[in-house]
Amino acid sequence: MNSISGLENQALARTVLELDVNNHAGVMSHVVGLFSRRAYNVEGILVMPVGSGVTSRIWLLVNEDERLDQMVKQVEKLEDVLAVRRHGAEHEVFVRLEEFFR
Amino acid sequence: MSRQTPETLSGAQIVVRLLERQGIRTLAGIPGGAILPIYDALSQSTRIHHVLARHEQGGGFMAQGMARATGVPAVCLASSGPGATNLLTAIADAKLDSIPLVAITGQVPRAMIGTDAFQEVDTYGLSIPITKHNFLVGAAEDLLEVVPRAFQIAASGRPGPVLIDIPKDVQNQLVEVSEWPAPGGAAPVAPPADELIEAAAAMINESLKPILYLGGGVVHSGASAAAVMLAEKARLPTVMTLMALGAMPVEHPLSLGMLGMHGARCTNLALDECDLLIAIGARFDDRATGKVAGFCPQAKIVHIDIDPSELDKIKTAHIGIAGDVCTVLDALVPRVEVQQRAAWRSRVASLKASYPLRMPGIDDPRTPYGLIRAVANCLDDQATITTDVGQHQMWVAQAYPLRRPRQWLTSGGLGTMGFGMPAAIGAALAEPERTVVCFTGDGSILMNIQELVTAAEEKVNVKIVLMNNSSLGLVFQQQTLFYGERIYASKFKGMPDFAALAEAFGVPAVDLDQESDPLAALSAALSVRGPMLIHASIAIDQQVLPMVPPGAANKDMIGG
Repeated sequence: MNSISGLENQALARTVLELDVNNHAGVMSHVVGLFSRRAYNVEGILVMPVGSGVTSRIWLLVNEDERLDQMVKQVEKLEDVLAVRRHGAEHEVFVRLEEFFR
Repeated sequence: MSRQTPETLSGAQIVVRLLERQGIRTLAGIPGGAILPIYDALSQSTRIHHVLARHEQGGGFMAQGMARATGVPAVCLASSGPGATNLLTAIADAKLDSIPLVAITGQVPRAMIGTDAFQEVDTYGLSIPITKHNFLVGAAEDLLEVVPRAFQIAASGRPGPVLIDIPKDVQNQLVEVSEWPAPGGAAPVAPPADELIEAAAAMINESLKPILYLGGGVVHSGASAAAVMLAEKARLPTVMTLMALGAMPVEHPLSLGMLGMHGARCTNLALDECDLLIAIGARFDDRATGKVAGFCPQAKIVHIDIDPSELDKIKTAHIGIAGDVCTVLDALVPRVEVQQRAAWRSRVASLKASYPLRMPGIDDPRTPYGLIRAVANCLDDQATITTDVGQHQMWVAQAYPLRRPRQWLTSGGLGTMGFGMPAAIGAALAEPERTVVCFTGDGSILMNIQELVTAAEEKVNVKIVLMNNSSLGLVFQQQTLFYGERIYASKFKGMPDFAALAEAFGVPAVDLDQESDPLAALSAALSVRGPMLIHASIAIDQQVLPMVPPGAANKDMIGG
């Protein structure tokens, strides 16, 4: 966890990252490890298999800071990451989930 | 895939066959319970020579020595648990210096994973942050895909280490193999966009005070000759990182040698004045740049690297080109104008004259610089030089006349003491015709001293030059300079008899301290084939200078 307070946290701009990845046991560790070892907090994570289950889609909700471009480049380097797309905070994937977190 | 008569093979046999097909002829490791099936299969191989290290880290560095000397991925083996954890430092070292390595570890059987079984450790989890990629193999048939892919990943793009963790039951599992995959090789890299090459060429052509900054990527890419050609055509004064030494011969008129923390004052001052920095296969490491805000403060930057994530990581590039530096240079050189740059070259020459690298004692073999130069005088450019980490490493980087890419094998990014001797053994195994010299210190040598017996066993042509100042010299130096001379935990009270120690391991030794004619003794020791330890005491107060204090800008260096 980083040390910013809840209020500051809400003030930060958010980005939603959409990752297509191979679906096997180590992939989440590879992805979140990139963030955790840089003390870059991931605010939200959602993963589900896609289609036949050979691949999965990972959605990450992260705060935007000056390291984000480098983070995306590092994610793109992972062997099991097939594609990375960036969306604004208005993307509805996490918004629709909010009802489960009330 | 090549189709053959189906054979029933164990996972272990498949691994060995795939390594043979990959062209692996020498590998290093240590057996243990969880990797015994692979060792059993290896015992039947007539093509692979297994070198028995005495510590897994030693085996890892031997593989690194092979990979660094040749540029081809090399292999190390270890068992589960402590075997794997002992290997981690060598893997992390390969990651930071982009060395292609394939580490194969045994794991407890699948059914026991997660039960805290004997010698079970989460090798997969431990190795995630220090590998380029890693695999935990779930079935023997998967090895047919995983092993070639591991070699492909290790060698492709920016090279790096790959770990394959194989549970023991997967090694024993029998499968029918009817087709063999092609060996894994480096995947092609997309050529750079033409307009970027044009823009970079224009920037170089317009620049009045350019500097070419070469990194280890130039060596990895086999682009040294192309980089020298670029420098000569556009008359670019050239600096090298620690990893790039040898890319441009040391006495080349355009060479300014190594930049950064222990570079010559003229080198760092020239960088401070440049108006264009052309960074090729370099990653703006903090030991090279010093305080980043003060690094080439007036310069525009052209950055060429095979790894897109290096572009704009530390310094924003005006032109960033992601691509293989050899390909990029081949496209760039024809577009660069022939220039004389008389004013800038004369300014650089005057900096060189006013602020050269000072190497006191270079003619006296009882001083650090003098000993290094005396060793060089006994050898030609075919010799390979490895080092450990510390003062001796920096003195050798400054003073040894390196003229050939892959002549110089050193632990740059991770700075691992204990690297030098096993890496030298690996280099000598890969290229037995060469003399391999390992410069080391009395601190570093003890960190993998056990590999002396491996050197003796393999009769490798490795000459260990041990510069003994009875201290952790670089720590001693920093405490002297930056911690009010409060010397703590850096002076050794006990000191082994290193010559006797080497002889006890089966390696002959010569102690230059005892020789009335040290130059003659040194020359004799270097001319005999086989392993040899050459011990020489140096004064504890000798410092590596100049030095940029940690956190300071390069132009604010002290000494020199």
